[in-house]
Amino acid sequence: MNFDFSDDQKQLRDQARKFLAEKCSPKAVRIVLDGKAPYDKELWKGLAEMGFLGVAIPEEFGGAGAGHLELCVIAEEMGRAIAPVPFSSTVYLAAEALLIAGSEAQKKKWLPAIASGDAIGTLALFEGKGNPAPKNVKLTAANGVLNGAKKPVADGAIADFAVVAARTGSSGRDGDISLFLVDLKAGGVEVKGLTNLDPTRGQAEITFKDCKAEPLGAAGEGWSILTQVLDRAAVLCAFEQVGGADRALEMGRDYALDRIAFGRQIGSFQAIKHMLADMYVSATLARSNSYYGAWALSTNAAELPEAAAAARISATQAFQHCAKNNIQVHGGMGFTWEFDCHMYYRRANAMALGLGSLTYWEDQLIDRMRKKNAA
Amino acid sequence: MNFDDTPQEAAFRDTARKWIAANAPKEFEQELSKSSLGRIRLAKHDMVDVGKAWQKKKFEGNWACLHWPKEYGGRGATPIERVIWQQEEGVYGKLTQPFQIGEGMCGPTVMAWGSEDAKRRYLPKLAAGEEIWCQLFSEPSAGSDVAGLRTRAEKKGDAWVVNGQKIWTSGAHYSDYGLLIARTDPNVPKHKGLTMFFLDMKSPGVEVRPIKQANGMQEFNEVYFTDVVIPDSQRLGAVGEGWSVSLTTLMNERMSIGARLATGVPEMFEFCSNLMLEDGLAIDDPAVRSKLASWAVKSSGLKYTSYRAISALSKGERPGPENSIGKLVSGMMLQDIATYAMDLQGAAGVLTGSDEETVHGQFQQMLLSSPSMRIAGGTDEILRNIIAERVLGLPGDIRVDKDVPYNKIPTKGR
Repeated sequence: MNFDFSDDQKQLRDQARKFLAEKCSPKAVRIVLDGKAPYDKELWKGLAEMGFLGVAIPEEFGGAGAGHLELCVIAEEMGRAIAPVPFSSTVYLAAEALLIAGSEAQKKKWLPAIASGDAIGTLALFEGKGNPAPKNVKLTAANGVLNGAKKPVADGAIADFAVVAARTGSSGRDGDISLFLVDLKAGGVEVKGLTNLDPTRGQAEITFKDCKAEPLGAAGEGWSILTQVLDRAAVLCAFEQVGGADRALEMGRDYALDRIAFGRQIGSFQAIKHMLADMYVSATLARSNSYYGAWALSTNAAELPEAAAAARISATQAFQHCAKNNIQVHGGMGFTWEFDCHMYYRRANAMALGLGSLTYWEDQLIDRMRKKNAA
Repeated sequence: MNFDDTPQEAAFRDTARKWIAANAPKEFEQELSKSSLGRIRLAKHDMVDVGKAWQKKKFEGNWACLHWPKEYGGRGATPIERVIWQQEEGVYGKLTQPFQIGEGMCGPTVMAWGSEDAKRRYLPKLAAGEEIWCQLFSEPSAGSDVAGLRTRAEKKGDAWVVNGQKIWTSGAHYSDYGLLIARTDPNVPKHKGLTMFFLDMKSPGVEVRPIKQANGMQEFNEVYFTDVVIPDSQRLGAVGEGWSVSLTTLMNERMSIGARLATGVPEMFEFCSNLMLEDGLAIDDPAVRSKLASWAVKSSGLKYTSYRAISALSKGERPGPENSIGKLVSGMMLQDIATYAMDLQGAAGVLTGSDEETVHGQFQQMLLSSPSMRIAGGTDEILRNIIAERVLGLPGDIRVDKDVPYNKIPTKGR
């Protein structure tokens, strides 16, 4: 047993950390936060040049052909830096959907463009309230023509293409759902930006009016593909959350060492120490669950559904916990726009909803554990 | 990243599995699998006797204290082999409970600080389960602040004379030897006046009194020392060096990673899968599912944290204090799970007998026992301090007594 990343993978993580420290400082994140740019284009280009966008894309489709473990270590650093780029939408959702279900032609068209940074992709799943569920997909597809609206769509306003979940049947079963690939620059698409919790990653509403779309995967297979995509993304997002949680913990620790009150470092008070210790516990549990998820993802193990749900829950809780208490450690300063604490708080709470809420994943985990126990 | 055995590990596993299949006391298998949460109940046999027999058999087969050097009764096994053994030993591992303090703490301390003679005399017998050891550190007025202990050891010729009292000593009533830390110099600051010894628990002047615990059971003891004589040859480390020696003991406690830590999650999952509430099975209730899921990911997080520690250990890295999270997380979780299980049982939850509604009172027992999990072996608060100070690098607590001679520290009783 070796339950750790390899030396090469750790080196890649260091490389990503160094690159992001240079190109994605909090100051750079703030340009997007303050609405001065929809995303960090320079950084996006740099990520492509470093080979990070296509790290898990096979070489024949323009990627580095490394693998998911390599993508996990990069994801951790992206989360740590709260990078204001459409990385998760493009790499975890759109690219993974193409890898799972795309035709040769679809992969040839989009994957090299993702790896080179020329195409931004996303998943258009949600329609207002609610969690991932076939019954919540109302947008219809008939003869390859989509009608309906999706919101929120992460990075929808800057995306070049979207994987869209559509209703193609009304039997009340999972087979009612099919996936489609839509070039968002073509006709029949209307995109409206929406204000959201975390402005460093945009959200949009996309309306499809008699929009022509090509199927992604077989008709009626949409839900089964989506489930796989969401599981993979759950693990990858968990690494971002682990990175974010670790950074929030570090910020709190550093401030507790620096700040003097009542004549001593506030980090010498047990109330603060114990709060930080509890943050460390959450972050450690999340990291360990995520490592298991990474193993399951990289080996496409039968355990992936359960491992993904556990990683997702644990990492969501840890990032929320660390981001929240980081503000508390900072006191009043933590509540200012000027300090970076709120950027992590925003990201933590936005990420907690992106692939379905915590409650949704808790529900999934129990179902999957029962299935395993029954087997 | 992988969970596969290397060829050598697979061969080791195979050898262990075959030996266990041929030698384990199968007549106790069922009772042992039903004994959950570290509580072993054998209807017709004494657990210590059964444990001793299994330990002896393991020793003879060269499977006892696996990670110890061969010359002291171990096998010289790698950390990974030790974990593989634990996995294969399965339910029979529960029988090692009386020997865990000896194997995990006292033995390694003797190994690090004892004379060659002492190591050869005591360690093989400990490994064979012939002699059980206990640890005599805590005192009524020295719990978390263990360096504030009062038990005195005074040099008289070639021996030491000990007077005082220890408390919370697990297994003292069936132990043959004890690892004892005592104050040998009250005129210097508290950490500097301590010395470590080991002694025969049958020595004249040693009196073991069981403590009736809040859960009604008796697992801990008070141990009184009245003019107990310990030969100087049974001193471990230099006079005044006891605190450093005790850190070896405590560090070895952390080395015993991969240890079986009860979380209550499997029991709770099973309970909720079978419990009928008014609207259906408990496990179909959204509120129940949410709580179960949160506990499940803590439990799996602990499991994979220990796997990470084992991987680090197998690469020759030293496990750090980050392993403190195990007890901190599982102790609180046991208590929460017990409370919630009883909440789901409603009115019947108050019953502690062998009632069917409460699955024989297993969560009631858990509720009553769980407070000790959060106190014994380092309270939740001490563990948080350790994480904050040694992992996160936060300042130590302000210690007003640190540089004060021990006999000048103000106390309630003096």
